[in-house]
Amino acid sequence: MEHALQHLGPLAVIPVSFLWLIPFFPLLGAIINTTCGWWLQRRFGKAVNHSIAVAAMVLSFAVGCVAFAKMLGLPGEERFLQNTLWTVLAAGPVHVDLAFALDPLGMMMVLVVTGIGTLIHIFSIGYMAEEPAYWRFFAYLNLFIFSMLLLVMGDNFVVMFFGWEGVGLCSYLLIAFWYTDPAKAAAGMKAFVVNRFGDFGFILGLFLLFWGLGGAWHELPGGKLTYRPMVTGQQMRIFSGMPATNSEMAARAELVIDIGPTLNFRQLRDQVVVRATGVAERLSHQKLFGFALLAIVGILLFVGAMGKSAQLPLSVWLPDAMAGPTPVSALIHAATMVTAGVYMVARLNFIFALSPTAMGWVALVGALTALFGASIGFFQYDIKKVLAYSTVSQLGFMFIGVGVGAYWAGAYHLLTHAFFKAALFLGSGSVILACHHEQDMRKMGGLGKFMPITQKTYLWACIAIAGFPIASGFYSKDEILWKAFSQEHLALLGMPAAWLGSLIYCIGIVTATGTAFYMFRSYYMTFTGEYRGGHGHDGAPAHGHGPKESPLSITSVLVVLASGAVLASLIGLPASWTHRPPILEHFLEPSLPATVAFVEYPHWMEWLLQIVGVSAGAIGWLFARLLYLNGKSPVPAQLLLRWKRPWTVVYNKYYLDEIYQATVVRGSLVFARILSWIDSRLVDGVVNLAGAVTRLFANLDGAIDTYLVDGAVNLLASSTIAAGRGLRRVQTGRIQTYLYGALAGALVVVLLNFLIK
Amino acid sequence: MMGHLSLSHFLVVGGLLFCFGLMTVLTRRNAVAMLMGIELILNGANVNLVAFNHYVAGGLSGQIFALFVIVLAAAEAAVGLAIILAIYQMIRSIDTAKIASMRR
Repeated sequence: MEHALQHLGPLAVIPVSFLWLIPFFPLLGAIINTTCGWWLQRRFGKAVNHSIAVAAMVLSFAVGCVAFAKMLGLPGEERFLQNTLWTVLAAGPVHVDLAFALDPLGMMMVLVVTGIGTLIHIFSIGYMAEEPAYWRFFAYLNLFIFSMLLLVMGDNFVVMFFGWEGVGLCSYLLIAFWYTDPAKAAAGMKAFVVNRFGDFGFILGLFLLFWGLGGAWHELPGGKLTYRPMVTGQQMRIFSGMPATNSEMAARAELVIDIGPTLNFRQLRDQVVVRATGVAERLSHQKLFGFALLAIVGILLFVGAMGKSAQLPLSVWLPDAMAGPTPVSALIHAATMVTAGVYMVARLNFIFALSPTAMGWVALVGALTALFGASIGFFQYDIKKVLAYSTVSQLGFMFIGVGVGAYWAGAYHLLTHAFFKAALFLGSGSVILACHHEQDMRKMGGLGKFMPITQKTYLWACIAIAGFPIASGFYSKDEILWKAFSQEHLALLGMPAAWLGSLIYCIGIVTATGTAFYMFRSYYMTFTGEYRGGHGHDGAPAHGHGPKESPLSITSVLVVLASGAVLASLIGLPASWTHRPPILEHFLEPSLPATVAFVEYPHWMEWLLQIVGVSAGAIGWLFARLLYLNGKSPVPAQLLLRWKRPWTVVYNKYYLDEIYQATVVRGSLVFARILSWIDSRLVDGVVNLAGAVTRLFANLDGAIDTYLVDGAVNLLASSTIAAGRGLRRVQTGRIQTYLYGALAGALVVVLLNFLIK
Repeated sequence: MMGHLSLSHFLVVGGLLFCFGLMTVLTRRNAVAMLMGIELILNGANVNLVAFNHYVAGGLSGQIFALFVIVLAAAEAAVGLAIILAIYQMIRSIDTAKIASMRR
């Protein structure tokens, strides 16, 4: 097998003592707002609550920037900052520390999470201004940021998994933020339960990976092994558990690689990536029930990503998650948390790269999800639902990227998506606020006149997502599709499937067209034409004023995000334009040791595909403009009548929820009923039988006690009484009687004396 | 051997004295009479002590025992008469059949 990893040495660790501050500030903010937020809000007003939260975010972002500056000052291969706080668990050779690490990939995520997180915190000030439970909202937001930072900064699987679950919890808390509405509480629960499905796969994948490493470890001779790269002559050898024999080796002691099961990302990376350890070889050949272990591990890990990143078929929770406040949708369900799956796959690129089957699976699921999400997005009327399905679709794109081996492109799309999708969501939030919490686009229209800033930022974000070369979305999406087209090593169920790349490319182009269509559809329906609202929510008359532009705290954030969405293109200009690798690719390189073989096509081919990509977006845009500009065209309504049946299927999300209801939920209920029957009949029967037997024995015992034991005692007592009554006669009180007795006794003694002689 | 006093004669006399005393104690219901019967019993024993001393043991120890018994009998009679007197003052009778108030 052609090895999918570069020739690399182990990572050098640069210890940094301040990394813990990055997650600490949001945690502190969350703690303050949780414990005394209510009191602060009542005593000093809401400004204190959001000041604490935003200050925590700004500090965290600032520390992140310091770390970033430090990282930029280091040479590429040494960019691995680490900060170990304390050991959480030590079991044999396995050490789990509460430790944070930043490599370029983690650094990018930290900057996205804290940077965009800060912006969304600021946005929330304006958006949630009338919320009574203001303190609770900011406490949750800060807690979420803390969990997310644990996820991206965790040095090992344990810390990462803690964050992984933490963001799930915060997602639940924030979706069900208005918990008095049963539908919203149910949406939160749904998100949580669906995520648990994915987490189950994730945990199984981790266990199997751990087991696989243990297997490799036991097969090696001499037990625990360490691998020491020799300095002399680039010669590589394996020493078995021996202490350093010369000063040269001792000097490079920090580069020793322990081979064996580990939960630490860096150790895992080192022993898999450094070829001389032989771990990668072993893992690749390991089988479980006849299937390649790594494929199973990759697929199971990806199941976790499917849950968190809403990929088919676990995508059902994300649209419902829009029940939460709009900043939450922007922060958690568009920019950060849902990208955790992508991040995880990119982080474990060296594992996934070893298994073409797992990669093919990731890419295929991503492509299908992209198409699926985009097609549903076509026909939604709820502006947030459109964006939600758009998010599902874009996450699919990211998985295409990490699936085909263009890890940096997936990460880049994550970054650009964070900007433009946050801008879109916050723009929709601004619109919703202006329309008095109306989310139906049919009741909007013409808002461009009232809120120009929101309109412009929304338009730029639309341009970015639609894939026009003047904004960032084009560069990331195009890179992903190009890599999908030019890849040649994907496999499906163990079979090499080189055609998969072309198929994914076609799906991607169709999806890109659809993306442009539904995004501009939402833009035209919302911002052009005549205002169709005119009424406040719940049919009440408007409060005497039409929609108006949102406050500065909202519009400023929108401007920053939209400009970010445009400017992010600078770090990803394709190599075919500039003749040097994109800045971000170069930056992320140390984190992504996996190299996947791509077919070398001439430059004109790439240019051609870029033109195809742009025209796909343009076609989508033109159709949207034709059908929805100013809300004048009668064609959409006619088309709707003509294609009523397929429209209904797509509008109802292909009945995916209903399918779940009929299979999983109903199945669970039937299963629950069976268990209930077993419980009430069998288990209770056994318990009752045991009870009856015990009662029987108790009665028996009681009878024995009453009649036998008490009888014996009473008999003794009554016989004593009877004896006393009889003997009382003897005591006459007459002295003669006693004397007769004494005489008789004496006579008896005398007689006995004679008789015995 | 006929005109000669032997141990048996004394033992017969002592036994008779004992039997008379015993009969008195057993049959009489007068407390004073019973005391007198007790004296007879004690003196029957005294005759035996002195006779055995003379015929069997020799020396004086039997006679000293007899003297002790006489002294004891005197003391006993004094105590007994005092009790009887006290009883008489309480219930105006010295009939032992009537002194049964402690019987339930």
